[in-house]
Amino acid sequence: MIAPAYLLSWLTWLPVAGGAVVLAVSDKRVSLGRWLALLVSLATFALACLLWRDFDRTTAAMQFVERVQWIATLHSDYYLGVDGISMPLILLTAFMTPLVIIAGWTVIEKRPTQYFAAFLILEGLMIGVFSALDALLFYVLWEAMLIPMFLIIGVWGGARRVYATLKFFLFTFLGSVLMLVALIYLYLQTHTYDLASFYSVRLTLQEQIFIFLAFLAAFAVKVPMWPVHTWLPDAHVEAPTGGSVILAAIMLKMGGYGFLRFSLPITPDASRELDWLIIGLSLIAVTYIGFVALVQQDMKKLIAYSSIAHMGFVTLGAFIAWDIYAATGNLSGAAMGLDGAMVQMVSHGLISGALFLCVGVLYDRVHSREVSAYGGVINTMPIFGAFMVLFALANAGLPGTSGFVGEFLVILSSFKANFWYAFIAGTIMILGAAYTLWLVKRVIFGAVANDNVAKLTDLNGREFLVLGVLAVGVLVLGLWPAPLLDVMRETLRHLVGELMTSKLPV
Amino acid sequence: MNAMTMHWADLWPVYPEAFVLAAACVILMVDLALPRSYRRLTELLAILALVGASWLTAQQEYTPHLSLLHGFFVLDPMAHVLKLFAYALVALAFFYSREYLERLNLMRGEYYMLGLTALLGIMVIISAGSLLTVYIGVELLALSQYAMVAFNRESGVAAESAMKYFVLGAVASGILLYGISIIYGVTGTFALEPLTHIVTQSTAQNVGLLFGLAFIVVGIAFKFGAVPFHMWIPDVYHGAPTCVTLFISSAPKLAAFALAMRVLAEGLGGANVAWQQMLIVLSIGSMGIGNIVAIAQTNLKRMLAYSAISHVGFILLGILAATPEGYSAAMFYTLTYTLMAIGSFGVILLLADRGFEADSIDDYKGLNDKSPWFALMMLFFMFSTAGVPPFVGFFAKLYVIQAVLHVNMAWLAVVAVLFSVIGAFYYLRIIKVMYFDKSADGRTIHANLGFRIMLSVNAIALLLLGIYNGRLLDVCIRAIHPG
Repeated sequence: MIAPAYLLSWLTWLPVAGGAVVLAVSDKRVSLGRWLALLVSLATFALACLLWRDFDRTTAAMQFVERVQWIATLHSDYYLGVDGISMPLILLTAFMTPLVIIAGWTVIEKRPTQYFAAFLILEGLMIGVFSALDALLFYVLWEAMLIPMFLIIGVWGGARRVYATLKFFLFTFLGSVLMLVALIYLYLQTHTYDLASFYSVRLTLQEQIFIFLAFLAAFAVKVPMWPVHTWLPDAHVEAPTGGSVILAAIMLKMGGYGFLRFSLPITPDASRELDWLIIGLSLIAVTYIGFVALVQQDMKKLIAYSSIAHMGFVTLGAFIAWDIYAATGNLSGAAMGLDGAMVQMVSHGLISGALFLCVGVLYDRVHSREVSAYGGVINTMPIFGAFMVLFALANAGLPGTSGFVGEFLVILSSFKANFWYAFIAGTIMILGAAYTLWLVKRVIFGAVANDNVAKLTDLNGREFLVLGVLAVGVLVLGLWPAPLLDVMRETLRHLVGELMTSKLPV
Repeated sequence: MNAMTMHWADLWPVYPEAFVLAAACVILMVDLALPRSYRRLTELLAILALVGASWLTAQQEYTPHLSLLHGFFVLDPMAHVLKLFAYALVALAFFYSREYLERLNLMRGEYYMLGLTALLGIMVIISAGSLLTVYIGVELLALSQYAMVAFNRESGVAAESAMKYFVLGAVASGILLYGISIIYGVTGTFALEPLTHIVTQSTAQNVGLLFGLAFIVVGIAFKFGAVPFHMWIPDVYHGAPTCVTLFISSAPKLAAFALAMRVLAEGLGGANVAWQQMLIVLSIGSMGIGNIVAIAQTNLKRMLAYSAISHVGFILLGILAATPEGYSAAMFYTLTYTLMAIGSFGVILLLADRGFEADSIDDYKGLNDKSPWFALMMLFFMFSTAGVPPFVGFFAKLYVIQAVLHVNMAWLAVVAVLFSVIGAFYYLRIIKVMYFDKSADGRTIHANLGFRIMLSVNAIALLLLGIYNGRLLDVCIRAIHPG
């Protein structure tokens, strides 16, 4: 099959348009609405597969570029394109959305068509964020994304959903507006919003540090990094299952993507100056948040904290490059950290999404997220138990699963930089195993704890399909990560080159 | 131009003003003769008058700068654009108001007559070439508005608001007039064009000029409703009949913008360093007080009043940059803000019913269950007003912040964006109430089809303008900087 022209526009606007159509379907014809939503999301996934197939792995240049003048006075264009950083994330987005729609198939009773429409619109906007090469376009999509997510948590969420969704919106909005000021500042230097020209602008160290901190405000909230992570557990706990999945699988990745696309190449000198800050915060996230996860009683909260800890690896891997270079004088090790960060993002997307879906499966039956409400689920739900154990082990970084690859690469590269970084980061292997396996032990294994568990029925076909697809993804990526690494190689090599090039005025 | 040889044909730049004046008089007379049940004819005539005025304005040549009547009246691209927008907003206000007026038994010709004279005041301010013309326009607009606020004779609250508005407005007019007279005393001229030269050339710190300037800034701040001269806004917005609030919140903002442009940017442009400082204080105060106090409101009209104050802070932000870029950004902001304000009040009118004002925030509970479509439209209005992309309200904020950053006031830009985050909270609360809460009453919407379509067009326009606003921005830039 030949990919259509304007592939990225199709990927962005097909879900948005589909969402608008689904929105128009009345709630009385739910089944039409959800089939339509599924069809649109599958079509989008098919397009994303074409993107993967036709992607040129031998270049770091932007591909599938589309450029149309948008706001002439500002020299801002509707400018889309992908490289090895954004393409896998687009594929991940298009992969997760159909699963979320299937997972919410009959579970959502309140205004179902609006639910499906919100996810489709969100999908389109997220793909747009990953493919935007114009800073203004990026910002518009980045902020617009908050609107459907705000509604998803607020309308279909749990008891404290209003608090959670407002906190989510205001935290991210606050971070983003500071980034906006930085983007405008860059615009005033270059007189265009084209990202490529931002890469070549020369800035003094002081300017770079201000811009870096403004970017940090936006991306650290999104990742989220300690100490601005507090919105995430609330948002995750209160969001409906689908919302948690998209939040964990895709939206957190926006922060990591932002670091790679904006902070590192635009302000490399400030990034080098302040890399201790990011590395420090990442290590705190890995250890401290790991301990916090250990004591959680709420399954969703536990997975949320585990997400923060795992995302700490992404930021660590992204900012370790200078220390590696300083220690070894070698650039190839630096690329390994970035490789690890990227693999970790994709892998965490699959694993955390799967874990939230597992909790959703239990929640739909028992309507409780408390660990103590379960016990011995394996006796009544053996198939589900198997899936949950697989995903838990993947979360703990078991070799053979995707969780291992990313963590291993990041730990290996931090060894090259500094033994103690690797030592502290390595605690995630222990802590991660501790909190996930302990969760599994308490929920899945043991004797049947109560009547609710005794009455549980195992996965239905729909749930099996969703978890099965994710399990395949986790295993394939774990056993054979080479295709993913191939896609990213040239882009990351180029990025390392950018990092090592000072942008200070000559 | 010599007064002795002046002909009607030479007066073509003032044709629209003359036409609106004549139309207001004719409508008052016609309405007198009409039986009650034919009042819709009055509305039709008023809208036709606006169409006529638009046609006359559109016919005018697009001149860079034309001065008439001894410099008392100017016609330039900015006047052109602002007037066309003012007609559209007033027509929209009339259109939105009808059902509400009928329901309250307020369907009287005076509403339209006062609306047209207010429009005339707006037009005079927009085309003012001298400080006296400015003052005449300001008074004409203000007097019409006082009467409109008190329009519902049976409402004590409205009468109180009108009284408050009138007293404070009179004081503000007095201050403005005082400032104008000081400027006249110092420079010996009312006309803005010579004033520009005199102020630019007065190199030394001219105390008299600054003294007069301070009074004029106070007068302008009052008309805008900028903190600390904002006290009338919440009471008037709250107390006036909703259709009047809708009127006051839209087209007169164009006049306030034009007032600041004519007097500060043009007439006193040379003293920009002085008024920049004053506007910074007004702007931060407005964004701060407006956004923070709005959070505490339980009445939607009052909340939108404080929101208006905060938006004035943003408009001033553009003006205080004192660059063509800043002026056009402020103009863009004003134009798009009026569209949001008129639509937000339009939603209140949509839900209002006999004996039910729909102005409490709780009245919006569960709107998504009653009418998903209009909940979505209100969502458009709220997110746009909050400045969240992709709606046009974001771009309005972007352009003013860009202008402020361009004159190296990064700290002010940061203050502005932080206040906009605080502001986002109360708009989100409306969305929360509409989407997350359950409806308490069983009311339904029975606005007519035309109203529904117009309101939807208004809301969707905010989205479309957000997706593509390059043309509107260019119009604003060319209006400020012809050629």
